Amino acid sequence: MPSQESTRMKLNYRVILLLLATIFGLIFSLPSFTQSSEGKKVTLGLDLQGGLHMLLGVKTEEAVDSQLKSIASGLKHFGEHNDILLDGISVQDRTVTFELLDNDDTTVIDEYLKSVEGTIVHASEGKYVLSVTPESVEKLKVQAIDQAIETIRNRLDQFGLAEPTVAKQGVDKILVELPGIKTPQEEQRARELISRAAKLELMAVDEDRAMRVMELDDAEAASFGDKILEDALQPKMKHLVNDIPILDGTMLTDAQVGYDQNNRPVINFSLNSQGAQIFGDFTGKSVGKRLAIVLDGKVYSAPVINERIGGGSGQISGNYTVEEANDLAIALRSGALLAPIYMMEKRSVGPSLGADSIKASLVAFATGAALVVFFMITYYGYSGVVATTVMVVNIILIIAFMALFGATLTLPGMAGIVLTVGMAVDANVIINERIRELLREGASVRRAIEGGYDNALSTLVDANLTTLIAAVALYVYGTGPIKGFAVTLAVGILVSMFTAIMGSHGIFQMLMNRIEKSGNMNRWFGIRLGHKG
Amino acid sequence: MEFFRARKAFNFMGWVKPVFAFSLVISLVAIYLIVTKGFVYGIDFAGGTVVQVKYEAPVRIDEIRKHLSTTPFASAGIQEFGSSSEIVLRLQNTTADVTKDTAAQVSDALSGTGKFEIRRVDMVGPKVGKELQTQGTIALLFSVIGILIYVAFRFEWRFAVASIIALVHDVLITAGMVSLFNVEFDLTVLAALLTILGFSINDTIVIFDRIRETIHDTKESGKYQMSVIINESVTNTLSRTILTITTVFFVVLTLFLFGGEIIHGFSFAMLIGVIFGAYSSIFVASPFLIWFGYDVAQAKAAQAEKRRQHAEKEKMRAQFEQGVV
Repeated sequence: MPSQESTRMKLNYRVILLLLATIFGLIFSLPSFTQSSEGKKVTLGLDLQGGLHMLLGVKTEEAVDSQLKSIASGLKHFGEHNDILLDGISVQDRTVTFELLDNDDTTVIDEYLKSVEGTIVHASEGKYVLSVTPESVEKLKVQAIDQAIETIRNRLDQFGLAEPTVAKQGVDKILVELPGIKTPQEEQRARELISRAAKLELMAVDEDRAMRVMELDDAEAASFGDKILEDALQPKMKHLVNDIPILDGTMLTDAQVGYDQNNRPVINFSLNSQGAQIFGDFTGKSVGKRLAIVLDGKVYSAPVINERIGGGSGQISGNYTVEEANDLAIALRSGALLAPIYMMEKRSVGPSLGADSIKASLVAFATGAALVVFFMITYYGYSGVVATTVMVVNIILIIAFMALFGATLTLPGMAGIVLTVGMAVDANVIINERIRELLREGASVRRAIEGGYDNALSTLVDANLTTLIAAVALYVYGTGPIKGFAVTLAVGILVSMFTAIMGSHGIFQMLMNRIEKSGNMNRWFGIRLGHKG
Repeated sequence: MEFFRARKAFNFMGWVKPVFAFSLVISLVAIYLIVTKGFVYGIDFAGGTVVQVKYEAPVRIDEIRKHLSTTPFASAGIQEFGSSSEIVLRLQNTTADVTKDTAAQVSDALSGTGKFEIRRVDMVGPKVGKELQTQGTIALLFSVIGILIYVAFRFEWRFAVASIIALVHDVLITAGMVSLFNVEFDLTVLAALLTILGFSINDTIVIFDRIRETIHDTKESGKYQMSVIINESVTNTLSRTILTITTVFFVVLTLFLFGGEIIHGFSFAMLIGVIFGAYSSIFVASPFLIWFGYDVAQAKAAQAEKRRQHAEKEKMRAQFEQGVV
């Protein structure tokens, strides 16, 4: 009967650290296992929970064009407001050109042009050419991307999907991730919402030539400073409008769904004070003419102006369903996209596939882990149990750290965890082999264990750090799911070094008296020492 | 349980020539395959569209192909995916239009072929594919360079170069197999290649570390022979190598068998890489140390010098602290 004293387990700082780590791991991994709403948890990647991943590009060139149009509009309004005669204002080849008819106005117009930022003005004999400076072009492009991100984010926030991600990727790409998408219909709606330019323009109908619109082609229309636009409701109908809009959606302050007298959904919009001023000026001067309400290049209505319209509000009616009207109002409210976006990469995963993937990796995980445990215990006996114990702590800790970092668990990430199971025991294999060696050389249990850890240390550090280099390279240059894989791999390596070097060492130290007392090295380390000595 | 009870070192370096010839041949075959046959690049790198469709009942590929021949998807590649009721369509074209609904179009085209559900639509534009390709190559290069520097710093340049040769050998052979078996080369396969880098270097370092230690522990100058040292070191670490490879191999095998079709390429590459990673540590990395003229006597002298310098420093410090200097 062994005495109480000799087999008593002694706590040591390593075991206490392991215990603390385990408690820490359990606390922070629990929300992930139960997927409770409380606390930080590992988010499942779109490939596991289903959803829509998009990488969008921005056609930044068009932001520059639209800026030029905007300058032209401002110029036109300035001329009309101050009774300055400006002829042939047009936007072409990335410049705004016009002619000043009365030389007396030169100082006034020059003063005004100076106030337009980021432009270069060439003027000779009353003919003006405005172009945008290269710095300003760059600035506009950057702005277009930032504005697109902001706009898409606003729209998605109002759309009411769970946890949308909108982020800049690289210099000129936008990453959009929508985990909440469950059906193709929802996906389609979301894609239409974010890609919609939502560019509202109020344009004057060219009443002098409107009758001839069906005979004109685009080039002819352009020669009159006009353009031909399709009607939104009757595609065969065409409208001839002035190319330079009276005002555009940048002056819009609100857009809400309302109902017209027939109880059909319409969108009521209101303009800011500057917009209201321009709108008032124009309508006051154009009584009897028509005003086209143009959205994304299509004419929604072109009512005749009966009187000056103050107050700055208007209405878009377009045979909408309530849902369509609602999405359009969101798009208008969150502002127009300065430049159109295009799809660079799209990955959409249905929820059932994600669930299948989770199931498949769990099966692989369970089978792999069972095999490893079986090997370790058969080969090493009790020290295999120790290795298994720290492997479990290892997995709990990986989950906990990933939850703390807000990392995403992807399908390759799951594979990373499964691999970690294989790798984590490697550290213990190296240590156990060292212990066995020393035991074979006839060392005492205590010396074998302490020496085993000492001898294995430099190998473990070198071997794991080199693997870590590969993991870091994967993280830095990988994208999406691969990044997720790199994170699990790297966290796995670091955690396994701790659990193997600290954790299992502590357990052995705690059990030291028992191992010494038992003397059965086959049971503890899986080796037969034959005849001692 | 023990694999090796005998304490006699195996003569690994005695088998080096034939084994190395084997390595050389399959490396050359791998290069030949990569250069002439190349890879079946997945859409991650080549760009294109993949649509995964799951039917309620098993379907026949040729019937679906026939059905699609009158639709815009006539040129689509169709393959079974994991089971006979699941297929993937591969299209080379992509669309930059954000609102275009490829899923709906495929749905229309497939209508009448049975009850199905579209589970996945992946589209990668040509520009993104190019970028991913460059980034992947950079990732591989940087890990190799990083490892080279680390090993050179912790050991010396001959160890570093030898381990990199072994790494390249493993990655080449794995890539060759990927090419040979027409495994689709996508991002997960790239991840596998990088992981193999990590695994392979791990094995090599364990052995190199042991070699360094054995050199240090060898006292009789009659044993100052690199091949003897290597044989002893490899033998001493052999149980570990076999056990670790077995566990990792079985884990990867379960991934290969049960992990699902999407990471099939990954687990396939890992299976090959894990085996060759262990093999190359013994039969490729170690002999290069000999061929690079790594000399035990010199190494011992260097180690002794290092220890002497260290001792000197300690002595100086002790004297300094005692106020002698």
